[in-house]
Parts: sequence; structure tokens; C-alpha cells
Amino acid sequence: MSLDRSDIEKIAHLARMAVDEDRIEGYATDLSNILGLVAQMDDVETDDVTPMAHPLHMAQRLRVDEVTEVNRREDFQAIAPKVESDLYLVPKVIE
Amino acid sequence: MHNKTIAELGAGLRAGEFSSVELTRHFLKRIDSLDEGLNCYITVTPDVALQAAEAADQRISAGDAGPLTGIPIAQKDIFCTQGVKTSCGSRMLDSFISPYDATVVERLNAAGVVMLGKANMDEFAMGSSNETSFYGPVRNPWDRERVPGGSSGGSAALVAARLAVAATGTDTGGSIRQPAALCGITGLKPTYGRVSRYGMIAFASSLDQGGPMTRSAEDAALMLQAMAGFDPRDSTSAEEPLPDFSAGLNDSLQGLKIGLPKEYFDEGLDAGVAASVEAAIEEYRKLGAEVVEISLPNTHLAVPTYYVVAPAECSSNLSRFDGVRYGYRCEDPKDLEDLYKRSRGEGFGEEVKRRIMIGTYALSAGYYDAYYLKAQKIRHLISDDFKAAFEQVDVVLGPSTPTTAFGLGEKADDPVTMYLNDIYTIAANLAGLPGMSVPVEPVEGMPVGLQLIGNYFDEAKLLNVAHKLQQVTDWHKLAPEGC
Repeated sequence: MSLDRSDIEKIAHLARMAVDEDRIEGYATDLSNILGLVAQMDDVETDDVTPMAHPLHMAQRLRVDEVTEVNRREDFQAIAPKVESDLYLVPKVIE
Repeated sequence: MHNKTIAELGAGLRAGEFSSVELTRHFLKRIDSLDEGLNCYITVTPDVALQAAEAADQRISAGDAGPLTGIPIAQKDIFCTQGVKTSCGSRMLDSFISPYDATVVERLNAAGVVMLGKANMDEFAMGSSNETSFYGPVRNPWDRERVPGGSSGGSAALVAARLAVAATGTDTGGSIRQPAALCGITGLKPTYGRVSRYGMIAFASSLDQGGPMTRSAEDAALMLQAMAGFDPRDSTSAEEPLPDFSAGLNDSLQGLKIGLPKEYFDEGLDAGVAASVEAAIEEYRKLGAEVVEISLPNTHLAVPTYYVVAPAECSSNLSRFDGVRYGYRCEDPKDLEDLYKRSRGEGFGEEVKRRIMIGTYALSAGYYDAYYLKAQKIRHLISDDFKAAFEQVDVVLGPSTPTTAFGLGEKADDPVTMYLNDIYTIAANLAGLPGMSVPVEPVEGMPVGLQLIGNYFDEAKLLNVAHKLQQVTDWHKLAPEGC
């Protein structure tokens, strides 16, 4: 599997991650090489194998529906990049 | 003082030979004079340390001390520490002061440890050389032109250089065992679910597991005892009884069945490393163990499978870093998409970006079956290999890494070559099994690690097998020059 420039641009957009223009070719090569390594999986017959979702085959534990967390808004907002009136600020979304 | 183990120092503290404050000052002084050349620590916390040491001394004089009370350790910077910067080796979290403690940190603090600081690591634990850290590479104390391994490279190097008595690490594909091997220390990755992942910054959630990095198996048992156990705050924490990990350390190995997977001794293994592992196997024969050859036929598929599962889970986990609630935010975003894209593009380093992109691709529409589902199926086959092996043997033994530590920069530009360094360690993560690396005879002055893999929740057996070797050999006591 070989990826080109436009594949990298598409993947980076899906990941909402800017990549430097001059690094795109490098990523295309690196990712193609990694997919080359991964392609070794193709030789294995797995039609009758069940996928392993959990190393210990455990089911997800449930807990009682009780409030266990205390409100720590101030602590959490103290480490935020930008807050105002108890709200996290981002660029305007709705005109 | 710094050459002593947890057990020895604990006895000295409780006998009043020295105080925890004295011990802590001694290590802080060593960090001051030695760490500049090694770069093991991202953050040193002298105030936090001395405060904890004073509290420990009070506990000791009140007769309320446990085996770890007053012992100076380092926390890998992947563990959240309340009020202390928790960077995970990334620019993304360079300004992140954690508002809470990880369960591992909470438990070790309750046991009375003294945290000297936060250990350097590969960015978000993605790397095998510590070269992907935003804070620069860690140097191997045995040869400063070589890497310490990764991702817990800072933890391994600082334990080897005696800049703390022990450290915590995490292991997703070998990140405790590989650096432990390359730095000549003892490292244990417990069974998946044994140690809580709460507050341990997530990389690949079905593989990540925290564990101790120490200078002996005896110390690893003491650390694991404090770190392990069920935690309701981690939804994958195992509800398994916690044994006394130190109780069986001296059990006889007479009749123990050790399996050597023939796939771990093939042409990829350096001849010197193979000879060191053979020498340790000979010691086990003398201790009464029976050594048999076994086969783990799907070993060659571990690395390819891992490089689907780990990046897929990482791309999902790291989507939380969006520049909105905490962490790095870009300057002057023009709209919300620009805020996400540039904050992530500028906050993450090269290797993290590569893995996020591989994972995003593998999980994107139309590719899920060919990659993630296929990998999860092969993971089952790899796990079945071990299941069959443990029907014949008690522990699996082999090398931890194919070679000794490689040079700084030597593999940094070629991700695939770097990935193959974890060829012997990854399978245990995919299967969820406990694994350990123990120092054996060095090759040309560089440490070599012996790997032991045990059955589920059988860490006590691994510790016993490692401890018995350390009772009849001195390889684990070797220290790098100048340390």
C-alpha cells in the first residue's frame, strides 16, 4: 500500500492536524513504509478467528449510578488556554 | 548510600542510621551534579521531595513506616501528579499542571515514597530510544553516545545512574523492558489490568500498563506491591486478589519448566546478546530448572499487528488534545478548525503525528476490516500461541532486545527499523501477559536484558525466577562508570 501527497492531506484533515507543507512527501514515504510492514498480516488466513477485543476477555464493568465527582470547575479552568465568565473560549462558530 | 536497594535503605531508615531528609538531599545533590549530562529528569521537585521526606521521617519515628516509606523515587512524566507539571514528554502538555494524582502516584505517596521528580520519556510514550521527547534525548549512562531505550528511557537511565532508588514506567510495546535491558536494570510490566491506568496518560488503552523499574527483583516486588490492585476508577482494572509479591522470592526453582521460544533465538539476534542469555540459562539449569524449546509460531506478526492496534487506539485517545480545555493552543486561530489543526500540528512532534495518521487511516471508512479487525484477529492467534506454551512450561525466557543500546541518531530517521527493536517485547502486550527484563552479562561494556514472560497474574513467579538468578549472579549490581 503506497500513499501519496493527497492521501496524507486527506488523513491529516481527518485527524484535524496541520502538517508542514515540506514534510508531506516525507510522511507519505514513512507511512507507506509502515503500511508495508503491516501488510505482512495479509498472508494470514483469519476467516475463522474471532477478533480479540480485550486481552483478558473481560466484560466492561458497570457501576452504581451515583454522583461520585465533586465540582472542581475552578481547578480545571485554571489550566485552560482561554476562559471567560466560567466558559471555555474558542473562535466564533455561529455568525 | 546511592548503591543501596530499597530493602537495604528501608532497614537503615527504620534503624535510625540516617533520615529520609538526609537520603533525599543526597539524591538531589546527585541529580544536580550528574543529570545535566544525562537529561533523565524533565522536572526536579526538591520542595515536594523534602516535604515528603520530613513526613516520612515522622512516620518512621512514630513506628508507622512501610517498606517504601522515605525512599526517593522518580515518577515517569506520563503519570499525573497534582500541582506538578505533567508533560508526557510533549510540547502539547508543556504547560499542564495536573489537577489530580494518578492512582499509582496516590498509592505510592500513601506508602510514603519521596518523589524526586518527573522522568523524561518519548513523547506520549511513542518511541524506543527517548529521542522523540520534546525535552531532548536521554543519554545512556553506560555510554553517552548511545540511547537509553524508550519510552521509559529517563526512568531506566536514572535508576542505572543512581539518581533515584527506583522509578515508575509504563509499557505499551516494551517501554519498561526494552529501556531496562539497555540500561542494565530490572523492569516489570505486569499483567494488563493489574496496575490502574487512572491518571496514566493514555496511548493505546488495550495495551498500556504501568510497572516498576528498579535495581533488583526484590525491589520490584516492593514497588509492585504498592502500585498494584483493583481500582474502580479504571474500567479495565482487574478484580484479582493481590498476592504478597515478596513472599515467594526465595522459592526453589527445582523442577521449574522454562520454555525457550525458538523464534526468539533466530538470525535477528546479536551473537553477543545470545551468549549472555545462554549464560543465564546455564545458571537456571544449575538452580534445578528444566529448560525446553517451545514455539510461538506467530511471533513475526507481533510488530505488524502492533503497528495497527497501537496507532489506531492512539489516534482515538489523542483526539482529546484539541487546544480547548487544557494543553497547547496555537496563536490567533482564525476559526475553530484552524484552532484544532494548528494546536495539534504545533503541539505534537513527528513520531506522534506519524502514529496518529497511521491510526486515522486504519480506522477510516472502508479500511477498518483490512486493518484493525484483521489485527485484532491476529492478536488472538498470538495470544493462543502463549496459551499453548503455558500448558507446557511455567515461564517463557528469551532476550529482551535483539542488540545492546544503539547510537543516538542511528535509527531516528527510519521508523520501521526503530519499530523492529521491540520485536521480542510486543507480543506480551498484545496477549496482556506479564513480562520482565533482568540484567545479564554485558557485551562490550553495554548491558543486556533477559526477558521472562509469565502466565496471567503470575508476576510473583516472574519475580521469584528473577530473584533467584540475582542471588547467584552479580550482573544486576554493575554500575556505569562515574555513577
